[in-house]
Amino acid sequence: MSEEDDEIILSELDDEELVQQMFDDLYDGLKEEIEEGVNILLERGWQPYRILTEALVGGMTIVGNDFRDGILFVPEVLLAANAMKGGMAILKPLLVETGAPRVGKMVIGTVKGDIHDIGKNLVSMMMEGAGFEVVDLGINNAVEAYLEALEKEQPDILGMSALLTTTMPYMKVVIDTLVEKGIRDDYTVLVGGAPLNEEFGKAIGADAYCRDAAVAVETAKTFMARKHNQLAAG
Amino acid sequence: MTNALTRLLETRDWLLADGATGTNLFNMGLSSGDAPELWNEEHPDRIKALYKGAVDAGSDLFLTNSFGGNASRLKLHGAEKRARELSRMSAEIGREVADTADHPVIVAGSVGPTGEIMEPMGSLTHAAAVEIFHEQAEGLKEGGADVLWVETISAAEEYRAAAEAFALADMPWCGTMSFDTAGRTMMGLTSSGMVDLVGKIDNAPLAFGANCGVGASDLLRTVLGFAARGPETPIIAKGNAGIPKYVDGHIHYDGTPDLMADYACLARDCGATIIGGCCGTTPEHLEKMREALETRPKGARPTLDQITEALGGFSSASDGTDGNAPAARKTRRGRARG
Repeated sequence: MSEEDDEIILSELDDEELVQQMFDDLYDGLKEEIEEGVNILLERGWQPYRILTEALVGGMTIVGNDFRDGILFVPEVLLAANAMKGGMAILKPLLVETGAPRVGKMVIGTVKGDIHDIGKNLVSMMMEGAGFEVVDLGINNAVEAYLEALEKEQPDILGMSALLTTTMPYMKVVIDTLVEKGIRDDYTVLVGGAPLNEEFGKAIGADAYCRDAAVAVETAKTFMARKHNQLAAG
Repeated sequence: MTNALTRLLETRDWLLADGATGTNLFNMGLSSGDAPELWNEEHPDRIKALYKGAVDAGSDLFLTNSFGGNASRLKLHGAEKRARELSRMSAEIGREVADTADHPVIVAGSVGPTGEIMEPMGSLTHAAAVEIFHEQAEGLKEGGADVLWVETISAAEEYRAAAEAFALADMPWCGTMSFDTAGRTMMGLTSSGMVDLVGKIDNAPLAFGANCGVGASDLLRTVLGFAARGPETPIIAKGNAGIPKYVDGHIHYDGTPDLMADYACLARDCGATIIGGCCGTTPEHLEKMREALETRPKGARPTLDQITEALGGFSSASDGTDGNAPAARKTRRGRARG
């Protein structure tokens, strides 16, 4: 704790300074400060969607980039995501009320046999941080669980995660089933997890392999943009 | 304290550990998503064949089929109450194979991570982690493991919890971490940070080191990072046989037996004493590794360039130990970062 700590009074900062300070506070994982910042911006008449994109998503992008570049690691990202969740909890009901634009929807889950959900949770949080709606199926999902969720949620993106060499081939089982049912092309399928690589992602028929949560967000955005362009062209 | 591993280490300059468990069981028909530990009961013959494959290829030490045999992991398969029993079985089969081998062989009771994040970032308490590890440790001890062997750990807290549990079970142990994220563990620990961690643990391991991770090159960079600190404790190197590829419905690692032979000798030159493989390493690889370690002389400590020349490039420019790692954002509140 430095002396400077006491000197920063969020409500005394102008909008631009406050947003910059919120970037810092997200980076430092300071949940209460983020909640305070969100409330101040709301009082100043900012639209919830603007707070989400300019302050929270902006700040999480910095966190994501530094995670991707090996500057921040899982503990720092978990703290940052936790701080962002604090801000999101305030914004979520307001976003629904104000009918803010939807970035996209993702169903995500760790495959059957795999208990590891650290990477998947990071992706979930970073995707929410980027404005996506995320339906998290948790760990140990059999192909039936994925199918049911796809049917019910009608997402744009299906995300699958595996951390073990013993479970990663199961992703192919899921994708093969989607092909069989003729619904593979209805979704963008993203895969990730420590033992995977790009070549593996291609070999099993995924749209993309995402090295980490930051790359997952970038890739999801790219595919959503492509989808919108196709719809516009069609 | 005297135990089989310490005694063997006193008589040898290097020991050959084993290869992979999971990927080798796949080759025997394990389906994706199933718990390998259940095979200790359902297919003891296959587990015996797995161990024997390593021993016949010249391994001085092998790990039991109990990596996921803790209550936290087995819960997924509804077998959380069987952690002790399934771990015991894995060691019993191991004991049988080791005792009938034509050379001294150490049975190392494998203990993998819980899969949970520990407090304060996650929900797993220190006490709960110790309890989970302790239960498995007792099972492995009952089954006749010579040492316990915790592996693929990412968090310092979890490594410490395992050490405490092994003290409760009164068992000697070894422990490796997985450095898979920009040369660090997923939780951000550097190779140098692990040397500090090991140096401060009350119940010190017999050996420490790195396993799995990205590829053989990265793993040796980590070993060099350990060696640079001059630790007294022997170093373990268990790297993957290259990178996983998907071929004809199976995972195949692209590292050839000859490449792993080069890796084994380089690992020894880097300062490792216990040398083995991880994912993708088969008995065929181990045979070549044994032959190379026996016939080639120990060389000087290699440079990073010599490692990449022999085994391929690193996954990141820095591993956080050379002072060249990119710096974190300077924030006004300035919360200190490691």
